[in-house]
Amino acid sequence: MTNIAAIFKKEFRSYFNSPIAYIFITFFLGLSSWLFFRGFFLRNQAEMRDFFVFMPWIFMFFIPAVTMKLWAEEKKIGTIEILMTLPIRDYEVVLGKFFASFALLAVTVLLSLVIPLSVMYVGDPDGGIIITGYIGLLLMGGAYLAIGLCASTLTENQIIAFIFGIFTCFVLLIIGTDFVLYNAPDWLFPIFSYLGLGSHYSSILRGVLDSRDIIYYLSVIGFFLYLSTLAVESRKWR
Amino acid sequence: MIEVRELTKSYGPTVAVNKVSFDAHAGEVLGFLGPNGAGKTTTMRILTCYLSADAGSATVAGYDVFEASVEVRKRIGYLPESAPLYTDMGVLEYLNFMTQVRQLPKSERKERIRSVIDTCGLAGVIQKDIGELSKGYRQRLGLAQSLIHDPPILILDEPTSGLDPSQIIEIRNLIRDIGQEKLVLFSTHILSEVSATCNRVLIINNGKIVANGTPDELVSQAKGEEIVHIAIRGPQEEVEAQLSELDFVSQWTHAETTDGIAAYQINATQERNAAEELFHVVVQNGWSLTELRKESADLEDVFLNLTDKEYTQTQSQQSAEQADDINDNDDA
Repeated sequence: MTNIAAIFKKEFRSYFNSPIAYIFITFFLGLSSWLFFRGFFLRNQAEMRDFFVFMPWIFMFFIPAVTMKLWAEEKKIGTIEILMTLPIRDYEVVLGKFFASFALLAVTVLLSLVIPLSVMYVGDPDGGIIITGYIGLLLMGGAYLAIGLCASTLTENQIIAFIFGIFTCFVLLIIGTDFVLYNAPDWLFPIFSYLGLGSHYSSILRGVLDSRDIIYYLSVIGFFLYLSTLAVESRKWR
Repeated sequence: MIEVRELTKSYGPTVAVNKVSFDAHAGEVLGFLGPNGAGKTTTMRILTCYLSADAGSATVAGYDVFEASVEVRKRIGYLPESAPLYTDMGVLEYLNFMTQVRQLPKSERKERIRSVIDTCGLAGVIQKDIGELSKGYRQRLGLAQSLIHDPPILILDEPTSGLDPSQIIEIRNLIRDIGQEKLVLFSTHILSEVSATCNRVLIINNGKIVANGTPDELVSQAKGEEIVHIAIRGPQEEVEAQLSELDFVSQWTHAETTDGIAAYQINATQERNAAEELFHVVVQNGWSLTELRKESADLEDVFLNLTDKEYTQTQSQQSAEQADDINDNDDA
């Protein structure tokens, strides 16, 4: 536990030691506020639905950018050799890095609370939907982070890690969309609709916090973190 | 403290480490010598549990590197080649991070950091970011990092590469000091470094250990024959006939003749003092001696003897290929 905490602290500080965190937060908040408020006043309805609907697509680009360096950079500059010869288990490093990136995401998402606050200022939105929406955002963001982290373990090139992360998120996102579901063979329908990152998110968006959806996101996170650990360990037998 | 038995590791078809076995004990500075790509780094990576071997076993401080890797890692300080460090961290911040992941008790952390800063001469740069440090200071910080938990075993991969001469001497002195009570295993391809710092040398080539002993032992082993250079003014045919008759001369070659002085290189057996005998022969025949020089074997010869054959082979292969390429180009 202390090991995970030490890795977490180091990675979290490293986000703020470099410009990454500031650029990430600024651009994320800027882009999401603009996209949201652009249509908000036209619709003239005090609700946040739009915000939560386009968030999976924004996350798709922003989150792999946060995770791409976590392993790729260690491999590139060779620090992985010191890191993995410390008396720490591989999964502890993976978890420490995941929690650090999750903390950065949580800070960003927390700062985006200015958007619902401004909506509350001008109108009277449904608070319950906003709260479940935010929980959904964190769960979905966590799943994206695990995918991005896993992509980063596979290469020493950050650009490849970034693109590979986007691609995997993209595939997992669209297999749950109606367009893909209705064009897919019948037998794939239940599989796709269960595996799709988006299908679980949309039920959360309706204000329903189902334990199945929470379990789904937690298992996606667990699965990709497990894969990351395997990929990190694979250095040994390659 | 380190026992390695029949260690083998291959990357695809290339065998990087081939049945390597050796022992090392506390208070020893063990030099790992070999040309680039000989398997030094791979062996070190297996000992530090960064890689797993395909076959064989290795125990560090009584713990198996495969089964009790965390226990092994606790007892090893490791500096990988070219000292990879987090460039966006500060020097103190980095050392502090190392005390945390090394699980030093909170009360000792400051003390340990102060002590490695002292040992490695980092006092002048503690306020800086690692990214701003020169190569020499990075190497020292890498060393500081490997010493922070006061490990009984220190494994250093080419700790002096890329340093200037005075820094090299500093690092060597440091290694010698540390080696008084700990076990230091370090790799290098610089020969003088080994004779300057090590109690024992392992020469490794193409994944195999080809020599193991103190620098002196290796040198005397290599001295199967003595080489004497001699230059004589006298009737050349007579001189050469005489040389062929001497029983202690196993082989002689005529090097050159200038102004009636013939120079020879003579390979002599070690039982008798060849230089002295040759002197007597020259005097008895009434020739005059203009040069008499004994070539002393040093570690460099040992190293070249043991590793050069294959090296020259690959070299000649390469040049043959290059020649082919050139011919191909001519044809085109």
